[in-house]
Amino acid sequence: MSENVVTVQNLIKHYKDVKAVDGISFAVKRGEIFGIVGPNGAGKTTTIECIASMRRADSGSVDVLGLDPVKDSIVLKRRIGLQQQESEIQDRLRLWEAMELFSSFYDTVLDWKALLKQLNLWEKKDSFYSALSGGQKKRFFVAMALIGDPEIVFLDEFTSGLDPQSRISIWKLVKELRDQGRTIVLSTHYMDEAEKLCDRVAIIDHGKLTALDSPSNLISMHGGHIRVQFDVGDVFDGESLSRLEGVESVLNDGNVCTLEVSASSTIVEIVKKLDAMGQGLDSFRIEAPTLEDVFLNITGREVRD
Amino acid sequence: MKSPFIAVSKSEFILYLREPSAFFFTLIFPLLLMLLFASIWGNEPFPGEEFGYVDFSVTAFMGMVMVTSFIMSLTTSMAAYREKGILKRFRAAPVTPFSILMGQLAAVFAVTVAGVILLLIAGFAIYDLKFMGNFFEFVFVFHLSAVSIAALGFIPASLAPTARSGEVIANIMYFPMLFLSGAALPHSMLPDFLKDISLLLPLTHAIKLMQGVWLGGHFWDYPVHLAVLIGFVFAGLFVSVRFFRWE
Ligand SMILES: Nc1ncnc2c1ncn2[C@@H]1O[C@H](COP(=O)(O)OP(=O)(O)O)[C@@H](O)[C@H]1O
Ligand SMILES: [Mg+2]
Repeated sequence: MSENVVTVQNLIKHYKDVKAVDGISFAVKRGEIFGIVGPNGAGKTTTIECIASMRRADSGSVDVLGLDPVKDSIVLKRRIGLQQQESEIQDRLRLWEAMELFSSFYDTVLDWKALLKQLNLWEKKDSFYSALSGGQKKRFFVAMALIGDPEIVFLDEFTSGLDPQSRISIWKLVKELRDQGRTIVLSTHYMDEAEKLCDRVAIIDHGKLTALDSPSNLISMHGGHIRVQFDVGDVFDGESLSRLEGVESVLNDGNVCTLEVSASSTIVEIVKKLDAMGQGLDSFRIEAPTLEDVFLNITGREVRD
Repeated sequence: MKSPFIAVSKSEFILYLREPSAFFFTLIFPLLLMLLFASIWGNEPFPGEEFGYVDFSVTAFMGMVMVTSFIMSLTTSMAAYREKGILKRFRAAPVTPFSILMGQLAAVFAVTVAGVILLLIAGFAIYDLKFMGNFFEFVFVFHLSAVSIAALGFIPASLAPTARSGEVIANIMYFPMLFLSGAALPHSMLPDFLKDISLLLPLTHAIKLMQGVWLGGHFWDYPVHLAVLIGFVFAGLFVSVRFFRWE
């Protein structure tokens, strides 16, 4: 088994009367992409901030690279990088000046020119920070998080507000970072993103950890049934399909027929049956359960507000 | 290894140059005030003395430059950084509050020196300003005064939660100091009870110490002023670093 780089035990954090994190425990392994998912207000940011030495937990223990984020704050910050959900730098600083400034805080640094190029910000290097668009700012803070050549990179809501193209290029970057041997801890409320990117996902709701596993395990355990859909004419007998083994339910609303099936092998039988019935298969589609369904099944709610 | 302190001072200095409005209060306003008073009183030697109004009060205007930079500029800039979340971004990096404060200080210190040089140029060129003390002693008391006032400015700079509150606190500290300590009005014009109050302000001690050395005294002749200024250095540093607020 590979070594744990982050160990959190029974973490609790209040803000006045809000219990933001309510007894969370988990460990992150070296070299993995670890996702923290959950709706807004679930406690993702607070959890990350307690780990990345930005906040002191009320109780519980946090160990990062063998260090205590409260006592060894500066030493730890030299070895990690944090992209905050919300932060700013001075409006009238040019990007290259900010990169130089923050480079001076670390003993070993990555080449900021390469980072800006990689994040598609090279043409902007002489611009003032205030002249960047929201998406450019977001990407810039990813570059800032990487500048100190971190062993662990924390990315908090790293793609919210980004256009699809930027999201895809940051996903690629995250995988490259992992391939370089870094550990990535990210938070997102996009379930598809967590599913595509993460080796393991922790689902957080109301400050509590509700599930933790690889996306595929979570889906096979909590995802529910596969859905099969096809368009039908006015007269369609769904009854004969419901007798097939593995078909859990049939819903025929007159235009679309939706089946829930518990095993993928059943799909073959459905197709054969439809063909025998003379039903066209043009509109036939299969929907596998996703992390979105996992969240819904575990918490009883949609992840979006 | 690169120094965070030098990098912060460099970037802060660049940012200062890009915000020209700050120049007026630090560089121009004290100069205008000195020229205004000097045009009224001239610099003829006072009866029975070797020095005149400008020789006597140039150090007070230096004090005014210091208060403008180290209390006004520092507090408003740090409070705005705090409110906007800029300090939060610094906090994610391995950099201490002390480096940030000292970097800011170094940047405004450069502007302070420029302001003082402007005062001196005007004084020497127009009013035949006389320096009667020892140069190195004056450099010493000038720096002690600067560091002491800066340490006091560190306290609101470390604590003010918003730009607005930073401005209010800075003004509350700035104007009484300006009027009570002899920077804007000659100290001798104050009624006695205000003179007593003014002794609580570091700027009063800074101005009296610099004035004493400027007019030919020695710094060791002013143990109380020295002690008060040194006391403010330690108190200011302790409070600001111990209670520094990032957010
Ligand atoms: N600085 C703060 N002061 C007071 N309450 C806060 C603060 N930050 C977060 N909270 C509250 O704590 C809870 C968890 O927030 P957060 O950790 O930001 O969740 P997430 O990142 O999952 O959206 C929310 O109810 C939020 O309103
Ligand atoms: Mg958040």
